Amino acid sequence: MRVGLFIPCYVDQFYPQVGMATVEVLERLGIEVDFPEAQTCCGQPMANTGCLDDTRPLADRFLQIFSGYDHVVSPSGSCVSMVRHHYEALFHNDARLHHLSEHTWELCEFLVDVLKVEKLPVRFPHRVGLHSSCHGLRELRLDACSERMGNQHSKVRRLLAGIDGIQLVDLKRCDECCGFGGTFAVAEEGVSILMGVDRIEDHVASGAEVMTATDASCLMHLEGIIRRRNIPLRTMHVAEILAGRNWQ
Amino acid sequence: MNAIHNTNHTGSRNSPPALDHPQLANIFTADQARAHWHDGALWFVRQKRDRMAKAIPEWEELRSLASQIKAHALANLPEYLELFERQATEMGAVVHWAADGQQHNQIVYDLLKENRAQRVVKSKSMLTEECHLNPFLEAHGIEVVDTDLGEWIVQLRGEPPSHIVLPAIHIKKEEVSETFHQHIHTEEGNYDPTYLTRQARHHLRQKFLGAQAGITGVNFAVAETGGLVICTNEGNADLGVSLPNLHIACMGIEKIVPRWIDLSVFIRLLARSATGQPITTYTSHFHGPRVGGQLHIVLVDNGRSAVRSHHTFQEALHCIRCGACMNTCPVYRRSGGHSYSNTVPGPIGSVLAPAMDAHKHHSLPYACTLCGSCTDVCPVKIPLHHQLLAWRGEMAERKLIPLSKRLSMKMGRIVLGNSLLFRTGGWLARFGLRMLPKWLTHHRLNTWARQRDLPIAPKQSFRALFQQRKKRHQD
Ligand code: SF4
Repeated sequence: MRVGLFIPCYVDQFYPQVGMATVEVLERLGIEVDFPEAQTCCGQPMANTGCLDDTRPLADRFLQIFSGYDHVVSPSGSCVSMVRHHYEALFHNDARLHHLSEHTWELCEFLVDVLKVEKLPVRFPHRVGLHSSCHGLRELRLDACSERMGNQHSKVRRLLAGIDGIQLVDLKRCDECCGFGGTFAVAEEGVSILMGVDRIEDHVASGAEVMTATDASCLMHLEGIIRRRNIPLRTMHVAEILAGRNWQ
Repeated sequence: MNAIHNTNHTGSRNSPPALDHPQLANIFTADQARAHWHDGALWFVRQKRDRMAKAIPEWEELRSLASQIKAHALANLPEYLELFERQATEMGAVVHWAADGQQHNQIVYDLLKENRAQRVVKSKSMLTEECHLNPFLEAHGIEVVDTDLGEWIVQLRGEPPSHIVLPAIHIKKEEVSETFHQHIHTEEGNYDPTYLTRQARHHLRQKFLGAQAGITGVNFAVAETGGLVICTNEGNADLGVSLPNLHIACMGIEKIVPRWIDLSVFIRLLARSATGQPITTYTSHFHGPRVGGQLHIVLVDNGRSAVRSHHTFQEALHCIRCGACMNTCPVYRRSGGHSYSNTVPGPIGSVLAPAMDAHKHHSLPYACTLCGSCTDVCPVKIPLHHQLLAWRGEMAERKLIPLSKRLSMKMGRIVLGNSLLFRTGGWLARFGLRMLPKWLTHHRLNTWARQRDLPIAPKQSFRALFQQRKKRHQD
């Protein structure tokens, strides 16, 4: 199985530990990952701004770089959703895209759906709040969505719940957006900050010591507010917990 | 997004831009306590909706059915509208057709004039708000009283509604008390909701009794029967059309459902989605005028045909105006309905408003984090957040987004399109963040950093660490 690792641009530059944790989780499960050096960005920032002409060359590049792999895995639900759901509008009937969109996975989803992992042999003896990043939640359906009724899958939550010592706290609002939203964070500063503060307060009030998420982008925004206000809450990407990283 | 090119007139009106959403939202969020209170009030309604939906095992099936019925009705809209007209006429109603808001207002005014009606009571109708009927009639010397309690409150205050189901949700009871004190002389400082409601009821009763015509909105118009359905909690629509002889019902053409039995789907979804009630207190059916009275039905297009012919946005016409997308929207809850500068605010408003006037409402598709909650909550399954994203494509294509944004995306494409530039740029950013003093990286012009710290920059990128690790493993 040839597995290509897709590390989003900002994770590569600002959150290398998230990428390294992803590598370790996969290698422990016997997966050898390849990191194609030419990769940069999937084009999501441009696409979400509506600038499709600026998105296309990046998407095209991505397609060329990753088409040869059996699977592509990434520690970002948002970027995976970009490839799986939003590339379609940019390419017409491209057979490469067909394969790629069906074989590009968010890390937890790859573990559960492809590798059929039930439990990871790591320990994390802490109270953890799971922030369900929106694109992973509502575009990839990584966990149950509070708006929807009936039976739903739970992937991230189940993986985390299986970790020794972990205590997942109950939030008042289990899946509200954190207010990052890419350029939204800057263009709509007032609302963005308020949303972030509300999420953080919910986690703190629920007794969480660590807030985790499938997207480092949400955490970058939340951590920025946490540090500015000296709030006693740590942020860790899900991959770091799954890799058995310690609380520092 | 090739579908977008096949209509030229969707949103092609060219008024000057309204105040941008971010500007108005920043004013609203500046009063944090109030923004929190507003958020909490609407979240409470969203939770009620969740409990109601959960109690229906076939909830998701109902949503699919509703969406399919609407899609069918819209695909065959001309036929169903004509069928409706025939059936309604048969029962003695008079059907009028209005291409836009202006025609609609004129039709209503002419009817009132013909019948010498000077005093009019009106129940909730977002369509008449959309057409700005009240100011039009008032300019012609007609007194119009909104009889929905929330709408009456905002009318007294001279404000537009801030929500389509809960028009006065942004106003606190203390403020209602002040408004009532000023206008109907209630006791100053008496904030008791029961007292205030009783006073309003007493006052509105006089208006009902003196009214010479009743105007209502319409929730559903049934093509096969020619009947109208109007849902209210206060019974004000019923009272308003039972006392005067003249009933004018105003509706957008998308309110048509094919069959009477289709109501069994929509009535179950509407109140549960809207306010978390199993059903509205009154669900009234009107089949023709009452004995000795007149029923006029005004069918209004006002931009709907353009939306209907638009491949990407046509599903927005499925909307049954339940307001659930507003209640769930984390941005709406914290920015308030007035920040959208449009009669219909929130996610569906942000889809519909640019379809009327893209220039004026260019900031609305960006007043959204693309969290997708609206799409999942919508009882008729409008892919709201996908449509908002599609609008952004339209805005960029029509160059309706700020130049700075366009340029930064171009820059992004150039840097990210070349791995050497990307690596160098990344290195510079990390180096700068580590080495420069905080006041230089976290200044007021850096909007990110005004209320947030920037990430702590690591020495090495992931790719460098990965290479080193690979090397170690190989050695
Ligand atoms: S778009 Fe959907 S959720 Fe929003 S008001 Fe219309 S029907 Fe309700």
